[in-house]
Amino acid sequence: MQIFSCPFCGPREEHEFLFAAEAGKVRPEPAEQVSDEDWAAYLYHNHAPKGASREVWYHQTCGTYFLMTRDTVSRDVEGSEFLPGAGA
Amino acid sequence: MSGWRHPDLGQEVDRSKRLRFSFDGAPLKGFAGDTLASALLASGTHILGRSFKYHRPRGLMAMGAAEPNAVFDVTLDGRTMPNQRATLTQLLDGMQVRSVNTGGSAARDPLGALDLLHRFLPAGFYYKTFMAMGWMRWEPMIRRMSGLGRVDPGWHPPANAETANAAPDVLVIGAGPAGLAAAKSAAESGRVVWLVEEARTLGGAFRWRGGQIDGADWTEIRDATVAAIEAAGGRVLTDTTLWGAFDHGLFAAWQRHPDAPDIHWRLRPRQTILAAGAIERPMWFAGNDLPGVMSAEAALHFLILHGAVAGRRMILATSGDCAYPVAGALCSAGVEVTLADLRSQTPHAPEGVRLLRATRIEAARGYGAVHGAVLNGEFHTADAVLMAGGWTPSVQLHCQAGGKLNWDEARDVLVPRPGTSTLVTVGAANARYDLADVLAEGHAAGGGSGPAPRPTLETHWSFAPLRPDPALKGPIWVDMQNDVTLKDVSIAAREGYTSVEHLKRYTTLGMATDQGRTSNFAGLSAMAALTGQTIPETGTTTFRPPVQPVPLAVIGGRRRGALFNPPKRLALEGSHRTAGARMREYGGWLRPAVYGEGDEAALALEEARTARATAGLYDASPLGKIEVLGPRAAELLDFTGYVRMSTLRPGRARYGFMLSETGIVYDDGVVLRLAEDHFVLSASSSHVAGVILKLEDARQDRFGCDGVVIIDRTAYWSTLTLTGPAAQSVLKRAGLPDAGLPHMSVTETECDGIPLRIARISFTGDRSYEISAPTRRAAELDALLVQALGAEGGRRIGLEAVMLLRAEKGYILVGKDTDGVTMPHDLGWVASRDKRSDEFIGKRSLFTAEARRSDRRQLVGLVVDDSRGVLPTGAHVVTSGSAPRSQGFVTSSGPAPGAGGSHALALIEGGLSRMGEVVKTFHLGAIRQARIAPACLFDPAGERLDG
Repeated sequence: MQIFSCPFCGPREEHEFLFAAEAGKVRPEPAEQVSDEDWAAYLYHNHAPKGASREVWYHQTCGTYFLMTRDTVSRDVEGSEFLPGAGA
Repeated sequence: MSGWRHPDLGQEVDRSKRLRFSFDGAPLKGFAGDTLASALLASGTHILGRSFKYHRPRGLMAMGAAEPNAVFDVTLDGRTMPNQRATLTQLLDGMQVRSVNTGGSAARDPLGALDLLHRFLPAGFYYKTFMAMGWMRWEPMIRRMSGLGRVDPGWHPPANAETANAAPDVLVIGAGPAGLAAAKSAAESGRVVWLVEEARTLGGAFRWRGGQIDGADWTEIRDATVAAIEAAGGRVLTDTTLWGAFDHGLFAAWQRHPDAPDIHWRLRPRQTILAAGAIERPMWFAGNDLPGVMSAEAALHFLILHGAVAGRRMILATSGDCAYPVAGALCSAGVEVTLADLRSQTPHAPEGVRLLRATRIEAARGYGAVHGAVLNGEFHTADAVLMAGGWTPSVQLHCQAGGKLNWDEARDVLVPRPGTSTLVTVGAANARYDLADVLAEGHAAGGGSGPAPRPTLETHWSFAPLRPDPALKGPIWVDMQNDVTLKDVSIAAREGYTSVEHLKRYTTLGMATDQGRTSNFAGLSAMAALTGQTIPETGTTTFRPPVQPVPLAVIGGRRRGALFNPPKRLALEGSHRTAGARMREYGGWLRPAVYGEGDEAALALEEARTARATAGLYDASPLGKIEVLGPRAAELLDFTGYVRMSTLRPGRARYGFMLSETGIVYDDGVVLRLAEDHFVLSASSSHVAGVILKLEDARQDRFGCDGVVIIDRTAYWSTLTLTGPAAQSVLKRAGLPDAGLPHMSVTETECDGIPLRIARISFTGDRSYEISAPTRRAAELDALLVQALGAEGGRRIGLEAVMLLRAEKGYILVGKDTDGVTMPHDLGWVASRDKRSDEFIGKRSLFTAEARRSDRRQLVGLVVDDSRGVLPTGAHVVTSGSAPRSQGFVTSSGPAPGAGGSHALALIEGGLSRMGEVVKTFHLGAIRQARIAPACLFDPAGERLDG
């Protein structure tokens, strides 16, 4: 049972969290100018890195989406931060 | 084997308390303090079970968790616990013990004849033979012939094991010499220590080997340790199995209580010291599985603790010094002992022991029990053969925690590689066997300052490593419980299963309930020898929790039955029950299905007909009430929804969908606009959490939390929905303000001081009012409405009736009438896709080639004209011809309370352009004709909504 850190609540057990997305994906817009390939890549192509990774997670109990930097091999959690523009 | 009870020895049994029990029907006696294993050993019972595959007779071989053979079904007070391990089960008066995996009893098993065939049943036999002949046909027979205990289906263990959490400074696993030394030094430095021990008493090998520490009996260091732990605020847990190491330093422990519910501990220590000890290796010779062939250390354990002795004339085969005290102790207890040491350089024989140097054991002989052994080609009579083949450290928890192992050539073991897990391993688990080393290592790991405890007598044990010898004749058992022989390992190697993971799966080596404690090293070292690899090159199988079998009832704890997944409860549940409601779970909520006694389908139809004729009242409180507030609320809802909400006027309501980015319909519902900057989103009752997730995602990620907030007020408001032609009259009679609300509008008002929100929206096709009051005032609203309802000839209706009403109107339930590929245009909602120029979730996905196919499954109605009743939900619509293919299926079906007859909704390929077409439906072999019709059967013009 891993312990993740919510920037709002602090360290909590992993079952309180949901994975949302890999960080850094930009939603391609407007729809009319987005090719099938680019849209498919946005929806489905993930890097699933082995090792250092940066992800968006959701803390269900407080409702905060946040960025988490962690290592998918060692399971070390390096840190968590609010999404840009949020949390102030 | 002719086991017996020594008249004096047995420090843990209470001879004043005699206990009666039975084994396979035979009455036997034991003492308080016995385990099932010690009581059976002392009773002279030879055969305790049958092996898994060949049904060979098997006896007691080891102690503690290492025992592979003695597994029983134990009945006490009418309750049967299957697969209890004899070495770990305390004997209680009146226990009825049954051997497992036997055709009759352990002693007389009709399937024992399988053993004669065993040379024809090598590794892979079942796969190779029966896969080709149709595995499905043979599997039940094979399963009956093998397998362990039988579950008593009539007994449900109570769901009473508590789960508890703790975070001590130091967790010490194992209370043997190393664990005691570690716990003592850690506690004396003021840290909170939890000492966890699987046995019921502390001491580990001290208990049967004894020892003098710093001039005093070992029990003094034990007592000092307990005192130090308690003084520092720590705890000592005995009879507790530490069964798993998990991510981020979590450990799980199962604490047993004889007279109270078990406790399942979740421990997150800052530091963990593993002092789990080691397991004695068996030796590998022909017939090494005969009852009476036993671990030497286990023989000493049973002798000292229980006075249970395996025989009167024993051969003790060894290659190491640590067996010498065992031989001495047995000899003093009156056993005639022949010590067969493989080495030519040995210590002196203990007094009275006959020592044979440079002597190898080649075979044990006997039928059903050992009669003797062949030593250097010569037969010697014996009624028990003891094996001291070296030690295998118990490193499972280190490996579960991600630790790696080092091969230690000198000590012939795999030991934890320091620093590869967060655990520090000490003592025999780290292959330290000399007591001075063990105590020093434990003392250091606990952070002890000053000198470590020292044994009064120093020991230096040497040994010669042993390996299975494939050249020896006869079947040599490697894994007792799963019947894997050395030959099976050779077969696996010959057939290319040389990886230890393949070896394990092909032969089932190490997959039994003993988790390969006595077999894994043999299998791996044999494979290394056969493939010419070193042991580190061969590697080990992955260690995973549990270290030992743990009852699921303990892991599940109280989360069973009503507490497994507790439904949400309505505030008005009491008044529904008083009205005769049958409550049932719908989407996580316990709601009234129907009211009254009798056939449910008939009741539901009658309720629905009343609602069509006059009025019905149902509890719609679970419907989501998610408030979206702020200057950018409309903008947010435009982005998250398929239908624009920014064009909705305050006071009005609009139906819409929420899609996922893949364009699939995630939820539907009505949005109310209370004010310019205030919306209420009515999510489906089972989708509230998911809808909030999507709204928050957009709010936090896209809007930067700026200008909009989201509040879930589902529980704050209770909602009663009044539907039917008389709905307005009921409302008026109840004294509630109607305010001339038009269809699809909302008003905030009050009645008798109760704040109310009344929305005229319909899920039935009739004029309807959703009336919401704060939950704490719901009972008052309910009373007002029910009284007026009766006077107008209306009644309460349950969810089953609502389902009939909405289905004939063609109103969908997302997830029932849609599936994982349904897009809004498949439901006929094309306007947003075709007209919206702004961005919204899922938009791009509505324009892919797949989304534009004309043969997508679309929602339509299906009408049957035969007199064979309702079309079953799940029936398929199939093509004609010799190879029919499914074109879709019925999603909802039932009698049509308003239109009469029956009605079904279905998702059918290209359905919306096939109106009037007669199609074939198929269900459980029955074929019926049905006609494709609009989804809405009842009042297609919508006149009743405004009626």
